[in-house]
Parts: sequence; C-alpha cells; structure tokens
Amino acid sequence: MDNVLDVVGIEKKYPGVIANRDVALTVKAGSIHAIIGENGAGKSTLMKILYGLIRPDAGHIKAFGKDVELKSPQDAIALGIGMVHQHFKLADNATVLENVILGSEPTRMGFIINFDQARKKLVEIAEHYGLEIDPDESLSNLGVGERQRVEIAKVLFRGAKILILDEPTAVLVPQEVEELFSNLRELVKRGLTVLFISHKLDEVLSIADEITIMRQGATVASRTPKSTNKVELAELMVGGELPKPRAGATKSTGESLISIKNASYMRQDGRQVLNNLSLELKGGEILGLAGVEGNGQSELIELIMGLVKPSGGTVEILGLDATKTLTKDIRNAGVAYIPQDRQRDGLLMSAPLWENRVLGHQFASPMANNAWVNKGEAIEDSKRVVSEFDVRTPGINVLASALSGGNQQKFIVGRELSGSPKVILAAQPTRGVDVGAQAIIWDHLMKARSEGAGILLISADLDELFSLSDRIAVIYSGSIVATLDPNKTTPEQLGLAMTGAKSA
Amino acid sequence: MTKNRIFWAVAAPVAAILNSLLFIYIILKIRGVDPLSMFSLMISYGFDPRNLVSELNQTIAYYLAGVAAAIGFKMLLFNIGIDGQYRMGAFFGAVVGGAVALPPVLHVLLIVITAMIAGGLWAAVAGYLKVRRGVNEVISNIMLNFIAAAVISYLLLPSMLGTLPEGSQTAQTFPIPASGQMPTIKAFDGEIYSFLFVAIFVGIAYWVMLNKTVFGFNLKATGLSFRAARASGVNAPRMIFVTTVLSGAIAGLVGIGTLLSDTHKYSMAFPAGYAFTGLALALLGRNHPVGIFFAAFLWSFLERSAPVLEFEGVPPEIVIVMQGTIVLSIVIAYEVVARINLRQQQRAVGSVSAEAQPIKESN
Repeated sequence: MDNVLDVVGIEKKYPGVIANRDVALTVKAGSIHAIIGENGAGKSTLMKILYGLIRPDAGHIKAFGKDVELKSPQDAIALGIGMVHQHFKLADNATVLENVILGSEPTRMGFIINFDQARKKLVEIAEHYGLEIDPDESLSNLGVGERQRVEIAKVLFRGAKILILDEPTAVLVPQEVEELFSNLRELVKRGLTVLFISHKLDEVLSIADEITIMRQGATVASRTPKSTNKVELAELMVGGELPKPRAGATKSTGESLISIKNASYMRQDGRQVLNNLSLELKGGEILGLAGVEGNGQSELIELIMGLVKPSGGTVEILGLDATKTLTKDIRNAGVAYIPQDRQRDGLLMSAPLWENRVLGHQFASPMANNAWVNKGEAIEDSKRVVSEFDVRTPGINVLASALSGGNQQKFIVGRELSGSPKVILAAQPTRGVDVGAQAIIWDHLMKARSEGAGILLISADLDELFSLSDRIAVIYSGSIVATLDPNKTTPEQLGLAMTGAKSA
Repeated sequence: MTKNRIFWAVAAPVAAILNSLLFIYIILKIRGVDPLSMFSLMISYGFDPRNLVSELNQTIAYYLAGVAAAIGFKMLLFNIGIDGQYRMGAFFGAVVGGAVALPPVLHVLLIVITAMIAGGLWAAVAGYLKVRRGVNEVISNIMLNFIAAAVISYLLLPSMLGTLPEGSQTAQTFPIPASGQMPTIKAFDGEIYSFLFVAIFVGIAYWVMLNKTVFGFNLKATGLSFRAARASGVNAPRMIFVTTVLSGAIAGLVGIGTLLSDTHKYSMAFPAGYAFTGLALALLGRNHPVGIFFAAFLWSFLERSAPVLEFEGVPPEIVIVMQGTIVLSIVIAYEVVARINLRQQQRAVGSVSAEAQPIKESN
C-alpha cells in the first residue's frame, strides 16, 4: 500500500519552547493512524502543521508522494487534507446543509448559491460513506455526536482524502464513541485515511491500525495494536515507569463531615438531575465518586457548595445546613473546592496569580483582614504555592491565562489545599496535568487525608479512583447506585455499575 | 516589570491621541488650512489661564461621569444610564437644597447625599431588572434616561416642585440659600468650584475600594468571571446590583459642582450627554482614576478651545471628529497592547518551562 503522508525532520520552536523536533511520521493509505502522547507532547502542533495552520521551522512533508509546502489550510484542503477540530466550528442557527457548504458553496453564475447541487452532493457523500445526516435539520437540534458527523461531512464535501481528527472522543459519551468508530471504519474501507489524535489508550488499541507515540515534541516510537499493550504505550508516552499512588492505610476519624439524605434537584429545564441521593463523607477518608460524566456529579458539588438549592432532602456539611447557608460561609467553615472546569470556575483568567490566590479565600484571614485584602500575605503565599506545587511560572504577577493548563491546575490545587481544609471537593484534580504534577497532587491529597480531612474525589480516571479511594460510590442518573470497596472490586465490575447495571 | 507596565499603560492612550491628531492633520490639510498653526492656536487658547479655570470646572463633571462609568465597566456593565442618574441627582439635590434651611456644612452634605441616593435609586431600577428579570442594562438604561427627563420636566412645573420666576421662560427649582452653597477658589481671574475636592476624594475612594478592599476584589472577580466569583463564595447577582447602584450614586454627583458653586438651582438648561462622554472617558482613562482625570481634562480642553477655530474658518465640529477618532483608536490600541502583553507573559512562562524541563534525547 502507498504512503499518503511522509513526514521527516519536522521542527517547530517558539521562544523558549520546542513544540516539535525530530518528528517523523509515515501514514499508509486506507489506514487509521493514531497519534498518542501526553498533553503538551506536541500532537496538536504537528496536526496544525499538517493542516497548514502553522509553518514548521524545518523538515519535509510529502503528501501522496509529492513534496509539498503547506502555507495555509487552503493549501491543505486543495491537496485533500481536512481537519475535524475538537471544538466544533459550526453555526447553531443554520441547517446542516448550510453549515456543510459554508465557505465552499457551489454557485450558479458565480454568485447564486446552488442549493440543489449542494444537497445532491451532500446526500451522495452521506450515502457513500454511511454517514447518517439530514441536510435540512437545524443544527440546534443536534447532539454532540451528530454535530461531529456534520464536521466530518464538511471535510469530505471539500474533497478530503486524509482526515485529521483532533481528540474526537473527548466530547463524546461511550455510545457515541462506538458510532464514531464505525463511521471511521467505513471511511477507511472506502479508501480514505484517518489521522486520529488521542490520549485514551483503550480507544487507540481498539480502532487504530498504526500507532505513533509522541513525547516532549518528538515522535519516539511506532507500534501496531497487535505488537503492543496498554502498559507499554503508557510508558512510551511518559518516558519511564508510571508512578503509582501509594495508598496508605485508612484511618477514618469517624466524624461525619458531609451527610446528604435523599437529596433531589431539578434543573430549570425540568430535568431531574439528582434523585433521592444519599451520601456520607467521614473525616480521614477519600470517597471516590465514579460515574459517566453528566450523571449529576456537577449538581451534587453545587449542592454541597450551597450554589443551588435542592428540591427535596437534606444536605449537611461540617454541621451547616447547606441549603440555607451562603457559599462563603461554607467555604469559611473549611471547605476546599477544586472545580472540574478550572478556567471557568476556578480562575480569574485575566488577573495575576496572586489575585487568584485570594479567590475563594477573600472572606477570611489570612487573605483578608476584615474588609481589606491582605495583598502582602497573598503575594507571599502565592510564592509558596508556586514552589511547593512546582507551578512553572516566572513570577506571581503573570496572568493566569499565560500559564499552561497543567500549571493552572497545580496552582488551583495548591490554593485550595492551603489553610488545612476539613473537606476537599476534588473534581478531576489531575486532569490534563503531567505525570510529575499528578504525583505531587496525589501526595498532597493523601497527606490531607492523613491529617483528618475528608475528600470527595470525582474522577473519570478509574486508575486514580482505585488507587486513592477508601470507598468508591457510583453515581448513575442522579442517585448513588452502589458503594464499593476498591480492594474487592475489579474495574469491570465498577464499569458495569457505572452504566447502571444492577450488581449483585 | 513595573516600569514596563507603566510604559504600556501610557503607550496606548498616547498612540491613540497621536493617531487622531494625524487624522485631523490630514483633514485640515485637505481643507487647505495649515494644521500646525491651527493646533498651536488651540493650545495657546486652551492654556489661557481664564480658559483653564472653566476647563477645570467642566473636568469635575466629566471626571465623575467617567468614574461612574468605570465602576460599571469593572463589572462589565455598560452604564449608559449616567444621563438619567445625573439628572435625578442634580434635580433632587436642588429640590431638597432649596426646601430646607440648615447650618452651612450640613446643608451641603444633605444635598450631596440626596443626589447620590437619587442617582443610586434610579440606577437600582436597571440593576433590579437585570438581576431579577434578565433585562439587558443598556436597553433599560436608555429608556430610563428618557423617563428621567420626562419625569423631571413634569416635576419642574410650578404646580409641582418647580417655580417660574418673573420674567423667566424656563421652569426651575427654588434657589438654594447661601448655607447650601459651596465656595469657589479664586484663581487666574476665575473661580474654581471647590467641588473639585469632592471629585478628587471620589477618585481616591474608587481606587482604594477597587484595589484594597474585599468588596472591590469581589467586584473585579465578578466582572472577570461570574462563575468563578460565584464558586469562590461571592453572591454575584447581589454584587451586580450593588455595583449598579454605586455607579448610579457617583453619576448622581455629576451636576452637583455646577449646582452648588454656580447656578444654585436646577433647570432644563443643565446639559445632556454625560453618559456617552463618561463611557468614552472611562475607556480612554482605562478605568484608572488618574487616567480618567487626564481624559476628562483633555475633553474639556478640546471643547473649550474648539470655538477659536471658527475665527479661521474651520468648523469647530472638527473637535468632535477628533474625540471620535481618539475613542476609536484607543479601543484598538488597548487591544493591541493587551495582546502584546499576554504574548510577552506566555513567552516568559514558556522559557521557564523549557529551563525546568529540558528536552531529553530520545530513541
């Protein structure tokens, strides 16, 4: 089989950072080629280079056997390289057809859009590649998986022969992932080539024909699913053995920190997102909360923080009635909150780091003296967080938005763990951070537990749940459906419980 | 770092003003007038001591409007209702001031507080509609400006709270007695309103509130990210309401300098248009109390020295073109500076990461 892409010696430097170096990549026609690596390994930079969004400093790209220079996405599209972005670029108030043709409309007499021709072409493409889409459906009625299909159709409409998908599964629920994969298999069967970025190893092993691993800007190895396994891939990505959290001995203090009884919550749109949920968190334990995203985890946290009021049931935290207490009083009582969406809920992106240190602590000493912000203390303590949590920053006056996502997360965790909180609500505390930082965060969480704090750990990373948690509660469709002992449970049993299947 | 920051903070407005001068230069050139002699004429007229005094007095009103707008901006609120709030403040300040007899200082204090309450309450209408009903504050404020003007002209009727003195054509409030008037400072053959000190105090209080207090921190946080502020424990909707009222209370002071030191009564002759000016000045002064002061002075200066152009056959409206281009340029200049700044910081962050984590040789 021919190679559709031959990439040698790609290098891209930014002042102070090397985004890509020594990149070599060979992609065979009609294959699904996965590129894996940690955040910041240079996957996205490489894809942007292949799509003409970034020009490399050095290196050669051969597409379909010919040397090419990609100056812009237009060049890439002309060659038959198309990209499906992670964050969709679609207009909500237009139809599928309008979205697909936007920017490359077939015309009559050069200026009248030829909708008939466009529809015919789109229907043909959809049938040929087995993509289920309705050209006249309004985009606002579509779910995430369907929107992704529209993005793929858009790229195919422009005649792409190579599809680049940037973390396509990050936004999908498991069923949608299956659908996407069957679509992708159909595409390669028809002769297209798919380049697929991911850091989810299970997915890569199930769908890819070839796997290229990137680390610190360089391509470090190539494998096929048959010749490798999850552990080897992970170690290639990390460049060493995977750190394992040391699960210390449990010594629950027995003191009940959070006690939720039969809590229900209905969203404004009328959806019942929490359903008679009961849960108890004790001092000195880490309670893992497992569940597929969107089963009520966010609402549960908001309930505990006093941000929303339940429609029924009781929520008690550190002896306070969360349904009647202000969020600031709940925080002052000793509750730390590491939000899942760090940029929207955890940071003031265009404020300096030291001001972000104050955020969430502005109602009590030492960050405030009554009505006054204690800037000196904020600056001193920001420096401490930066050094203790290895936040990579030239200083504490830089804006939060200048830091990379992983460093933002380290700063948030450091901030929330200061002042010895009694309860820590940690939602995805290590998502998107590198392995070293993950170890630091895990260490601090376990240290807080050994000092008697209670930690509610929400994580999509099953390994993290298994190694840190003393108990794992499973949330499904707004209720706790099982509470498991991590030492007596297999990942398969946990996975089953997460899908709502009744376990014995 | 600090030096660098000051440079960038000053660079943008200076660039905007230069850009606007260049634009005017070209226009004047096209008209066949010598731009440089025109500029020097404006400068020598504008810096004439007598004109300086009246510019300073106008600066007081503009400055307060600018600070009122800046408080709103910090919260991402577009307080275009400054016009109505200022009218309400000046009107009720004048009514109360003209109706009571109190010892001198107390009398003035009562007028000032009444004006702030009136302006604040008028703004509270828009604040309530925004927080409780989700009404965009721009829409409600524009309507409230018209309503304020209508309500006041009704209340100015002699049968209501106003009076129509012998030989006068315009309805007005009863004059404020001497105990409720503020003295002026004699300088350069003119009289500077002592309300200037109140304006300076407002500027300082604004700065301290924003940079030193927890309230100011919460205000900024809510403006930067509603969700992050809420998660941190700030009652964000309440914060929006309180900020709106505060902005309105400052707007209520806009006309008080003129009222207490000059006219001593409110009439329909009080000028309109403070909302747009206030917003433009806050923008130009970058919501900083010192920056807004320079912006307000520049505005007064340009307006005062505009008529002199007429002697040379240049329409004085050219000054409005100038103000317009300054505002337009400043928006662009700040955006450019903000981007340069962020890139510099990201670069600095990048170099730290690269040092700490050298790229290893790999197989």
